[in-house]
Amino acid sequence: MATAVLETGERETYLNKEYGIKSWLLTVDHKRIALLYLMGITFFFFVGGFFALLIRLELLTPAGDLVQADTYNKLFTMHGQVMIFFFLIPAVPAVLGNFLIPIMIGAKDLAFPRINLLSWYLYIIAGALMVYTILNGGVDTGWTFYTPLSTEFLKTNVVTAALAVFVSGFSSIFTGLNFIVSIHRLRAPGMTWNRLPLFVWAHYATSIIQVLGTPVVAIAILLVALERVFHLGIFNPALGGDPLLFQHLFWFYSHPAVYIMILPGMGIVSEVVCCFSRKRIFGYSAMAMALLGIAVVGFLVWAHHMFVAGISLYAALIFSLLSYFVAVPSAIKVFNWTATMYKGSITYQTPMLYAFGFVGLFTIGGLTGLFLAALGIDVHVTDTYFVVAHFHYIMVGGMVMAYLGGMHFWWPKISGRMYPEGWGRLAALLVFVGFNLTFFPQFILGYMGMPRRYWDYSHSPEFQILNVLSTAGATVLAVGYLLPMVYFLWSMRYGKPAPDNPWNAAGLEWTIPSPPSTFNFDEQPVVTWEAYNYDEIKQEVKFAH
Amino acid sequence: MHTSPAATDDHEAHDNPALLHHFATAEQQKDAASLGMWVFLVTEVMFFGGMFCAYLVYRYWYFGDFGAASSSLNLTLGTANTVVLICSSLTVAMAVRCAQVAKQKAIVVYLLLTIVLGLAFLGVKAKEYKDKFDENHVPGQASFHLDGSIPRHPDIAVNQRHAQIYFSLYFAMTGMHALHMIIGVGLFVFLTYRASKGAYGPGYYTPLENAGLYWHFVDIVWIYLFPLLYLIDRHP
Amino acid sequence: MFQNMPFWPPRASTMANSVDALYIFLIVVSALMIVSIFTMVIFFAIRYRQQPGQRAEQIEGSHALEITWSVIPFCVFMVFFAWGALIYFKERTPPQNSAEVYTVAKQWMWKFEHMEGQREINELHVPVGRDVKMIMTSQDVIHSFFVPAFRIKQDVLPGRYTVAWFHATRPGTYHLFCAEYCGTMHSGMIGSVVVMEPKDYEAWMGGGGNQPLAVTGEKLFSELGCATCHRSDTQARGPNLVGIYGKPVLLEDGRTVTADENYIRESILDPAAKIVNGFKPIMPTFQGQISDEQLNALVAYVKSLSQQSSEQTGGKNMAAATPQP
Repeated sequence: MATAVLETGERETYLNKEYGIKSWLLTVDHKRIALLYLMGITFFFFVGGFFALLIRLELLTPAGDLVQADTYNKLFTMHGQVMIFFFLIPAVPAVLGNFLIPIMIGAKDLAFPRINLLSWYLYIIAGALMVYTILNGGVDTGWTFYTPLSTEFLKTNVVTAALAVFVSGFSSIFTGLNFIVSIHRLRAPGMTWNRLPLFVWAHYATSIIQVLGTPVVAIAILLVALERVFHLGIFNPALGGDPLLFQHLFWFYSHPAVYIMILPGMGIVSEVVCCFSRKRIFGYSAMAMALLGIAVVGFLVWAHHMFVAGISLYAALIFSLLSYFVAVPSAIKVFNWTATMYKGSITYQTPMLYAFGFVGLFTIGGLTGLFLAALGIDVHVTDTYFVVAHFHYIMVGGMVMAYLGGMHFWWPKISGRMYPEGWGRLAALLVFVGFNLTFFPQFILGYMGMPRRYWDYSHSPEFQILNVLSTAGATVLAVGYLLPMVYFLWSMRYGKPAPDNPWNAAGLEWTIPSPPSTFNFDEQPVVTWEAYNYDEIKQEVKFAH
Repeated sequence: MHTSPAATDDHEAHDNPALLHHFATAEQQKDAASLGMWVFLVTEVMFFGGMFCAYLVYRYWYFGDFGAASSSLNLTLGTANTVVLICSSLTVAMAVRCAQVAKQKAIVVYLLLTIVLGLAFLGVKAKEYKDKFDENHVPGQASFHLDGSIPRHPDIAVNQRHAQIYFSLYFAMTGMHALHMIIGVGLFVFLTYRASKGAYGPGYYTPLENAGLYWHFVDIVWIYLFPLLYLIDRHP
Repeated sequence: MFQNMPFWPPRASTMANSVDALYIFLIVVSALMIVSIFTMVIFFAIRYRQQPGQRAEQIEGSHALEITWSVIPFCVFMVFFAWGALIYFKERTPPQNSAEVYTVAKQWMWKFEHMEGQREINELHVPVGRDVKMIMTSQDVIHSFFVPAFRIKQDVLPGRYTVAWFHATRPGTYHLFCAEYCGTMHSGMIGSVVVMEPKDYEAWMGGGGNQPLAVTGEKLFSELGCATCHRSDTQARGPNLVGIYGKPVLLEDGRTVTADENYIRESILDPAAKIVNGFKPIMPTFQGQISDEQLNALVAYVKSLSQQSSEQTGGKNMAAATPQP
């Protein structure tokens, strides 16, 4: 592969092609845009994490003695909004997806590079609105913005928070649009749909949800803002409106949103498990169909968030039934990953440790979803810590672990450096232990009856011991998250230079140098092999360490 | 596609300065742009869909009050606007056609006509909004009052709260539609400028086609809005 | 079974036993699933770790396995669904002749009014062994009535009634929580449900000389002029309300609706919404003129007009006849 050489003699990469802030802020290179997103996402992850730490500190004691009630309400609201809209939804698609999808399909860039940059600017504008909201006194609606509380009764920055979410939605829509068109139209010759890596399939399914679902929450949140400013009554019973209409419009997006968050992570896990088992995925078609199945059926279950909200008995029955349908493809994926490990040749690099963690914790989180889908149980545990534990198992135990696993797996490709493997494994272990200690007690708390969003539980001191365990876990988890931040930065200067394919992995991204040159490929690849062709690749996982 | 794309790139780049570097052929770029616009229009359907959903629910619940509120809209102006908008879809389709047959001046003329018709629509809308303000039909205001009774029930007065919901949805839906039209007009101004410089012809008219698609979509939204908002329970 | 398990809410209602049974079943099945997956993953990770000279076996897949591990979980899920649905059906269907308590929730307190007229704030006294139906509305935002010991929860909405019911089985004092975030003192909107032996409950009920809720309603019915039109003679200009509760009502637009609490409430606040067949829409609205408590009293009064005999009139009160098991 002929590669361009700079005046200094260095190989030209997307990182050293041009220096200067303008070359970054006006870039249309999908890889640079991915790094721009990485900075924003990391920033918001720590902002949201900081709010979480304060929440856990407050809950160490039953009395509300760390912050005031209003402050606590702002903390959990902003923790939710920041983590969901500014970390979980963009993280994998906008960082890893942006970076890798063009390369994985054999293209030079996404279909619309300028719209890609626009997506980032929208994310930043939305982020600025969110930061303004936080600094200007915060917002305390809960991330769910239920009316009429949010439209009539609160005096905080509801409108700016709503606008922040609204703008971030368009960033998400444009990313999804870009991926759909790219995957349809920019695949290299020979890269048929059946040869696509599951990472690409996962992002395709995610993009469908982003494109169809996000506009609905956009209009719901815009109507809330309008209602608040102009004193309309669309969602306010005192003025003839219906608060349940808001809930339906909100959850119509916000349920599929959780699939936006998890599907890309599932794509990562498929790549990592195959590489570190040295095997093709077990059941490629089933896995791809499962991704699409989750995306489609995921649109049909939203009112399972409303079983006690005042919907009819018959509506509740239908949504409970459909919620069990969507559990089937998720279960299939767990079985297939496990079967992929069978008769493999397994090594335990950091990405694989995160993948193991994902499979285990996603299983637990998913199973507890079955509890919630059971109407009789949900009546007792909805709006309690049981639900909080369930979604954190999937989002943090699943999604964040997948994200970290993916960041470690592709770090050599992105930065051209190896991260320190020992520290990587330690961090993975800390994250796994810290996570379980933080969130497992919350299942028990929830069934005991501790409601969500409670600042003070001094009338129920029996809740304290489990809260103390949970907070202890959170501190371990925090250390586990800080470590990669530190050693990734360290590796950019001191890490061993990475070869093209440190893991001997399959996939087009491993056939080009680390880091890649600006236009990815010198010649457009012509694909004649199936995905995960590990039978053709040298056996051992070797890497320069 | 077995030709060496690099070679094609150079050829195409010479023939077609509009070809972007990451596309192998102009056809691929055009396909991608069209698919992109269609996907975007799907998102717009979902966006307006949320408001249509809210509208359907309330119209079912408060049918009489919605009927009364609907009668307060100016049917003549609404109909005129519908005709204006349909004509503007025609003019933009003509502009695309002219590009296909290399009639450069005509492209500019048709685009200008589209802009004029779009502005006419917005002007009429502004008048309608002003009328609503003057008649105290603005929701959320203390001065709101819709006089009269439910159609065909002279003994049932209009429920003011329900009528306000109608107007909330009226302003939200037509306002969002108008915003989309303003963006569309802005797009056409830009495209007219580019067309006057000869940027579009049989080899390359993708931006015109896609802007046309967008404009047709905005037209279709209005074709749903008009009967839903203006023609509830109207009898000759 | 074990009454006071650690880290488990007390079981104090008939529903609690059903809910806990399903919960334990779910735990057992989930635990089996988790143990299987974890064991397999750990076993494979060790058994199939990289060995010099050994290659991974490329296995494309297996249709049979895919179908098996789709169908079997699906069948298990259907069991979960059906069992959960049965419990939910019971939870959402209050028994006939339940004693009733009207609830008005507001930021940040619970206001209860018994049919006998007792008013309570944040504390709810009920007798053991009796079906109790909560008829609830909110004065402001959405709240949620949650009693962990009974395993019940129901959102309380402004502008309409929602209903929850329970049958307490053990005397004691149990937590009452608001479970829908409602602003600053959401975590302070708590109280207790005090379940008492029947004789203790009678004693508690006896002291106070309160006016029964339906009587309050009757007085309001007359004060507000309702009796002028809603009467049983030829001068009636509104429908006769005797016996309407729970029965179908034919409206002038041809629809038929059931006269439940929400219908009665709506008829008072927005009479034009549903005009009864054969009557003119002349009833004025009382929106903004009466409080939620007064509305409850009127609804209770109208419902009381549907009791045929005095025995049945006692049915809605808690201090009635023999407590049911």
